[in-house]
Amino acid sequence: MALRDELGPYFGEYGGRYVPESLIAALDELDSAYQLARTDTAFQSELAQLHATYTGRPSIITEVPRFAQHAGNARVILKREDLNHTGSHKINNVLGQALLAKRLGKRRLIAETGAGQHGVATATAAALFGMECVVYMGEVDTERQALNVARMRLLGATVIPVTTGSRTLKDAINDALRDWVANVDSTHYLLGTVAGPHPFPVMVRDFHKIIGEEARAQVLELTGRLPDAVTACVGGGSNAMGIFHAFLDDPDVALYGYEAAGEGHLTERHAATITRGRPGVLHGARSYMLQDDDGQTIESHSISAGLDYPGVGPEHAWLNDIGRASYLPITDDEAMEALRLLSRTEGIIPAIESAHALAGTMKLGRELGPDATILVNLSGRGDKDMETAGTYFELFDKKASE
Amino acid sequence: MSTVGTSTVETVIAERKAAGSGALVGYLPVGFPDFQTSVDAAVALAENGVDVIELGLPYSDPVMDGTVIQKATQAALAGGFKLAHGFDAVAAITARTDVPVLVMTYWNPVLQYGVDRFSDDLVAAGGAGLITPDLVADEAGLWLAASERTGLDRVFLAAPSSTDARLAQAVEMSRGFVYAVSTMGITGARSDVDTAARTLVARLRAAGATSTCVGLGISTADQVREVLGYADGAIVGSALVTALADGGVEAVARTAAALAAGTRLTSSST
Ligand SMILES: Cc1ncc(COP(=O)(O)O)c(C=O)c1O
Repeated sequence: MALRDELGPYFGEYGGRYVPESLIAALDELDSAYQLARTDTAFQSELAQLHATYTGRPSIITEVPRFAQHAGNARVILKREDLNHTGSHKINNVLGQALLAKRLGKRRLIAETGAGQHGVATATAAALFGMECVVYMGEVDTERQALNVARMRLLGATVIPVTTGSRTLKDAINDALRDWVANVDSTHYLLGTVAGPHPFPVMVRDFHKIIGEEARAQVLELTGRLPDAVTACVGGGSNAMGIFHAFLDDPDVALYGYEAAGEGHLTERHAATITRGRPGVLHGARSYMLQDDDGQTIESHSISAGLDYPGVGPEHAWLNDIGRASYLPITDDEAMEALRLLSRTEGIIPAIESAHALAGTMKLGRELGPDATILVNLSGRGDKDMETAGTYFELFDKKASE
Repeated sequence: MSTVGTSTVETVIAERKAAGSGALVGYLPVGFPDFQTSVDAAVALAENGVDVIELGLPYSDPVMDGTVIQKATQAALAGGFKLAHGFDAVAAITARTDVPVLVMTYWNPVLQYGVDRFSDDLVAAGGAGLITPDLVADEAGLWLAASERTGLDRVFLAAPSSTDARLAQAVEMSRGFVYAVSTMGITGARSDVDTAARTLVARLRAAGATSTCVGLGISTADQVREVLGYADGAIVGSALVTALADGGVEAVARTAAALAAGTRLTSSST
């Protein structure tokens, strides 16, 4: 079987459904609706139409030669998901799931968000479809991504700061799951990454695989051949699965996922789930996760809110174990340096999440050398990160910041 | 229900039913507010009319729990709770009371400890079995085998949203009792226990259940009495945790005794 044909609920020994019984009916309902939608031309063309007239698809690719000088002069090509409406890849999945939710007759969308990009995309879809929207966001993240909180509220969503646990993405998912258990009749839980119980990992991947499908054709057209490597940052893993998927059965294309190593993957403060974690059950699926000896989830750390998650999607766990994709750590400092470099050399300010993929690409390019072509998923733009970057690089005037 | 008659929990519930009412199941987490107090509080449940103790193991990501239990288990974790303390607590409680102790735990801690090792250590500590809120029978292969081997009870959940086929599976796979979730929601006191519970219990009976306890939202003796009108047991959690948080072991004892009044048909109907 082609690697691309995996449909869950299991990816090797990963995936499944580790959830309260109360949610099984909703997951079954979602799964059947999704199975229908996959092959339903009316659904697919409605989604394609939205992508063409609202998201701004296909997103372009941009070759970045000045940046590539810092990547061993390899040929570096960016897939510009940062140019999508709302500023990241997240909208691909959100529009797909929102259409499904509409078909299921749900009037209320709930979502978790870390960086706020998924929350903004969900609030956007709710506004577009006239649905109610509640977004759970860790209190730590509401502070470091305040701009996105304001965006969500402007779009009409209710943002609930989550004050339990580590007050970040993992706890936002817990609260979203609790909300869903209690309101499952009226509510669709619009999960924002390729994690969670089946069918989320496969469904979210499918809504994002358009990234790789477009990019594969675009790179072929530009260079006349497939890239030597495809790179992406990995939080839960949705943008990475989205760009990897079209290349899974191209054995000559190496796949690299870059995890957030925070202050270093050998310190206690990182989010390098595959690099440092081990298999366990979190948020409804079996996958790699950061945990202590007792199976208690360990809090992750990253300068990037969207990568600050102690779990990862089960398909990545499986691709890692079978050796099809490699997962490597990138520190906060490496990512920030890459963010600065892309801004200075190409006039493109990336999201801090995406900057992890750029930093990984700089290292990879130096290994592969000038003959190599590397396709990078630029998953989002950096506007939301100006507060963090401004502080990190000391860009604010002393007076203005007082 | 598998291997009826070998389960102490099932026997206790059946005896209470035969005596004219049903069982009271009381939940408290290990390590809250500290290890010794949590043991004393569990023993106090047993001494004040609770028939089955549901002992919770604090977990970092308790998706089935409302704020009261979340707060308590988070405090226990902050206070240094380790999985080993769970077995110590079971041993300490069962040394002081014959009331059976079921451990309520999310699945990852069991998985990491090793399902077989966990089962053996639970048996050694005198535990009766496990209640697994985030493990459905479909994913429970290892646990079904380990519980078969050790004879431990395994309590699966049934929800108002479950299909008839899934209810039949929960009944078939459970031993001790089936945990009927009273409402679509999480733990926490509620002013009225859903009529959904009554319907669910009837559906479970039709699927062959002989031992069904209703949980989520039960916090008063009247609610216990109402639930025991149609189910075999009533499960109380947050109300006991609140009592412990506010008034210590004494308050837990008082609350348990008050709830237990709901299991006595002879008491006034107020
Ligand atoms: C721009 C961007 N990239 C990447 C991510 C990480 O998520 P994932 O790994 O699911 O792509 C996020 C999450 O918020 C994001 O906003």
